[in-house]
Amino acid sequence: MFSLKQNSWFIRKVVIWRAVASIAWSVLLLPVTTAVFVLLSRFSLFHPIQWISGEETNCTSLLMASSTIFSLVVLCGVVLITGFFNLEFYTLVPSIPCSRMALLGTVLHPRQCVHSLVYCTMGMLVMWCASVTIGGRYSTLGTPCRQSESGEVATCLNEYHLFILLAGAFMGYSHSFLGVVQNMYYVSFQPIQQYKYPRFKGCLLMVVKCSVVQALYSARNFAALYFFFGYIPKTWISSTLNLQIDSSLQSLDSLTGLLDFSLLYHLSISGTFLYLTWYLTVLLFRIYVTEAYSFPVQSTFTEDAEQCLPKVLTEKTTLVMKFLALQDLALLSQHSLSRRLEVFSLSQPGGHPHNWNAISGECLSLLSELTQRLVAHQDAVASNGRVKSPSASSDTRSASSSSSVVSGTEGIAETPRPSVPLRTPGSVFKSSVGGANSALTAPFTPDVNSPFSSPALRRLVGQQDPQSPWSGAVQSPHIMRRGPKLWSASTESQSNGSPLASPAPASVPSPPAANQKPSFLAQWLQNRREQLPEASSQALFADSQAHIWALQGLSHLVAASFSEDQFGVVQTTLPNILSSLVVLLEAVDRHFKLPHASSKPVRTICSMGDSTYKTLRFALRAALKTAIYKITTTFGEHLNAVNISTEHRKRLQQFLEFKE
Amino acid sequence: MCSLGVFPAPVTAAQTLFERNNELLSALDPGEHSQVCDLPSPQFTRDTLKGHSRPESSSRSAFLDQRDTLWMRSAGAWRDAGLYGLLDEITNSADEVPRFLAVGSSCVLALLRWASSFHGSLFPHLTLSSDEMVAEFSQMLDWSDSALRSFAWHPHTDKFAVALLDDSIKIYKSNSSPTPTLKHRCQRSVCALQWKPLCGSALAAACQSCLLIWHVDPASLSTRPSSGCAQVLSHPGHSPITSIAWSPTGSLLVSASPVDTSMMVWDVAAESAVPLQRVGGGGVTHLSWSPDGSRLLAATPSALFRVWETRMWTCERWPCLKGSCQSACWSPDGGCLLLSMQGERVIYALTFSDLTGGPKAASVVADLSETTFPGPDGDLTVGGEVCSLSWDPRGERLAVLLKGDSQAVNHPSVIAVFKTRSSPVFELLPCGFVMGESGAEPRFMQFHPHFQHGALLTVCWSDGRISHVPFYFSSAGLLGGDSPLQAFASSTADPSSNKLYSEQTS
Repeated sequence: MFSLKQNSWFIRKVVIWRAVASIAWSVLLLPVTTAVFVLLSRFSLFHPIQWISGEETNCTSLLMASSTIFSLVVLCGVVLITGFFNLEFYTLVPSIPCSRMALLGTVLHPRQCVHSLVYCTMGMLVMWCASVTIGGRYSTLGTPCRQSESGEVATCLNEYHLFILLAGAFMGYSHSFLGVVQNMYYVSFQPIQQYKYPRFKGCLLMVVKCSVVQALYSARNFAALYFFFGYIPKTWISSTLNLQIDSSLQSLDSLTGLLDFSLLYHLSISGTFLYLTWYLTVLLFRIYVTEAYSFPVQSTFTEDAEQCLPKVLTEKTTLVMKFLALQDLALLSQHSLSRRLEVFSLSQPGGHPHNWNAISGECLSLLSELTQRLVAHQDAVASNGRVKSPSASSDTRSASSSSSVVSGTEGIAETPRPSVPLRTPGSVFKSSVGGANSALTAPFTPDVNSPFSSPALRRLVGQQDPQSPWSGAVQSPHIMRRGPKLWSASTESQSNGSPLASPAPASVPSPPAANQKPSFLAQWLQNRREQLPEASSQALFADSQAHIWALQGLSHLVAASFSEDQFGVVQTTLPNILSSLVVLLEAVDRHFKLPHASSKPVRTICSMGDSTYKTLRFALRAALKTAIYKITTTFGEHLNAVNISTEHRKRLQQFLEFKE
Repeated sequence: MCSLGVFPAPVTAAQTLFERNNELLSALDPGEHSQVCDLPSPQFTRDTLKGHSRPESSSRSAFLDQRDTLWMRSAGAWRDAGLYGLLDEITNSADEVPRFLAVGSSCVLALLRWASSFHGSLFPHLTLSSDEMVAEFSQMLDWSDSALRSFAWHPHTDKFAVALLDDSIKIYKSNSSPTPTLKHRCQRSVCALQWKPLCGSALAAACQSCLLIWHVDPASLSTRPSSGCAQVLSHPGHSPITSIAWSPTGSLLVSASPVDTSMMVWDVAAESAVPLQRVGGGGVTHLSWSPDGSRLLAATPSALFRVWETRMWTCERWPCLKGSCQSACWSPDGGCLLLSMQGERVIYALTFSDLTGGPKAASVVADLSETTFPGPDGDLTVGGEVCSLSWDPRGERLAVLLKGDSQAVNHPSVIAVFKTRSSPVFELLPCGFVMGESGAEPRFMQFHPHFQHGALLTVCWSDGRISHVPFYFSSAGLLGGDSPLQAFASSTADPSSNKLYSEQTS
């Protein structure tokens, strides 16, 4: 908690202001989109001249009308809430549900339900504004009508208004739902740097296209839904508000009622307007958050030291800061000579290469952590590329829990790594919004802690299982990952070493499940859980953008050191860097030999959700090879003088001969 | 400024073999017949390669015409030819559809045609067919007629890729290992090839409809890698692709199409593209990335080119006076850009430096207007438009492919080679003409990226031969890398010729 407080300077000083700026721009864009919407809503096919010339004054007066102004105020509120949700929900590491059950769990999670509810309400609000702006038959919920039998005037339910409002709620829900399925809140970084305005201009057309397509799909689905179930809300509303149903008008939940061109047109453009408002907010937020931030490499003042690159890189709690720092490292290593020289410089009293040591150390620990994750995954999967069945893994887990002290200590001694939010794809929703926020939302983290997610996955990603009896006792998730390997040791320790296991609440290890036959329901659940084999591969590389930047930064710095490093600070770490790159390459190669790992995902054509995370593993492999080539081509034959093991040298020789 | 008049007279009778001691020696010279380098020089003739005689869409004439229902035909037309085809189909079958639909579609069709012809009058290249466009903007001279379609050296090893008339790509290595042949369903009308830098295997090919990235395992002995080794990258509206450029760090690939106003920056492994759109110019025809990776030249079909700065991807516009930018090359340090314009017989130079903030105007560095040399069998005229430019990686030799006049006798296309110096001022000095066997004209040329003893120019000839012309010299900047005798010889020879030359021009 203390460290969270300390590091949130970046959130306070940068991220919040970027979010505010993006929301401000969205609000400023609102009158423009509203004006276009008003113009389009008045479009008449058979009187285009009148629409353009005669109605123009009408349109301007409409824009100035009090109802439109009030609508704008409401829309501003909607945009503010959307922006707040963006800031709250955005994530740099996508949540990848590894099975259908996990996906279902994510969708049904309480936090997600609240999100859906809010979006439904916002959708209704926007659609209310839209219907008021369109005016005419859509404007109010109640209309005066004449009863056919008595002939007296009464207030009837305006079904058009209700239809539009319900459409808003439907679109809000589908936006929220697709947000989960397509990872709408995943913020990816572009491969190139651009200024914000050109980037916005370049993306604008795509966003408009996406919102039109999405609105058309939603309109179709909603029309179908209303056709079948439209009578339920209609009778409910009319009975609660004591509105009568005008029997002289055509009912909308009939085929002839729905085949009203004007209604469908207004529904589509209102839907487009709704989606465009939301998508523009999301787009602006993405553009602002992913803008490169330049951290100073070193500072003369000690109080600024924590804002310098070497310090910032090692932080684990503020994910967005870490990502931006790594991006900054990759950029400075390629483009900025003066900042590279600062990295290679020695500390003034003492002459230690603190900057380089901190930077290279952090990059290497990132890479070695990925290597371990890959190795653990290879151990965990069966030969068919699927995660081993949880029944098997759960008993090894329970068994190994009793041996956790015995074997756990050596595991910790081998790899002293704390469990870090960055490492787990499970840290999705508690991205980085301040210490208080993440603490608040941590219990609601939907995917991994959800009761539906596979325990094998939980073991895989290293998230500590709250149901597991040893969640408090063991520090390193590494032990959990290596679970299957500990089997032989654990039987031994169970027989003779049970007193040692007393610190962990080992009194509740379940009896070895191998003898028990799983029930039918369990088997069915099991099948649902094992559905998506490629997803586990995607989940492993979910945060690989960080690794790609680390590889780029390291390789370019090492290559630049060939001519720029005056004190030879890089030379001392060169064997370490080379061997860890080669080890990672071997792990990645072995991972790609698994089935499903090298299959390409289907490309989604037009959706606001970013699917770059699906191909991150290919990008990582390419970046890794390029990084090694960068170093080998720069150093050439000098690499023979570097002290590395023979197998690694053999592999590097392949790179020197361009045989990879 | 250098002109062709000061060049030594070309030897027309025999093929140029190599340069030594500042002289281009041909096969006529005694004792120089040995092949100087062990690189493969294959020959391809048009007869052995069978190109596609007819495009796919015209295979319809081989089948019997059958009347489908209107729906089927409309769906087929929509699939084959898009909106145009659909409207055309509806207009043609006026007796089957309601009258207002037929009239409406014919009106829309007329409107669309009028709009596209207006668009075409603004940008005349848009009226060309896809193949004509590729032939127009390819760096290969006379692309449609040539057995060789494109050529690329690997940036780090002794291997090269050749695209042939029959839409296959062959990869040759220096030793006698098997030569893989790459074929793919989408691989049509290959216009450009480039190997990925800092990679042993990836080869990008710009095709008519898409961009193919081949991953050819260098250790594999297979001669026919499967089409599963190729990544297909495509973007709607972005074809035909006439130019590609890898960033020197190998992380990005930029592709350009003359019909698309935006160029695509691909992250190849992730198969995602960022379009960079600038409307002016009507398309992008030629791309060239500076060797230091800091700038990218993008030529358009109009009299305009852009120089992108690759850090924040902003560009500066360079309107030209006459024609579009035909070809360009960067100096090895990325500080100087040489350009040739369509319809002009000069080479322009732009000098970039970070201190002064870029050049204000291009300067003319060479005049390549027609010059006639007397020869034993009649006069020989050389000079003309510059078709392509190539600068060797050390920055010492510049090869210029000059387009000849096919109507005139004794005015063939030739390669003129200049010596270049960048300090104290940038200047071009004459070196000589590279001639082929009699009757063969050069079509394409590229310098070997890392030749040990100087520079090595690889030339594709009109008779389908690929030959290598080494230039033995030692760099003025890095003495001692080569044999001291050779270094001594060239360092003594260079100043004298320079002095002689500067007297001539001044």
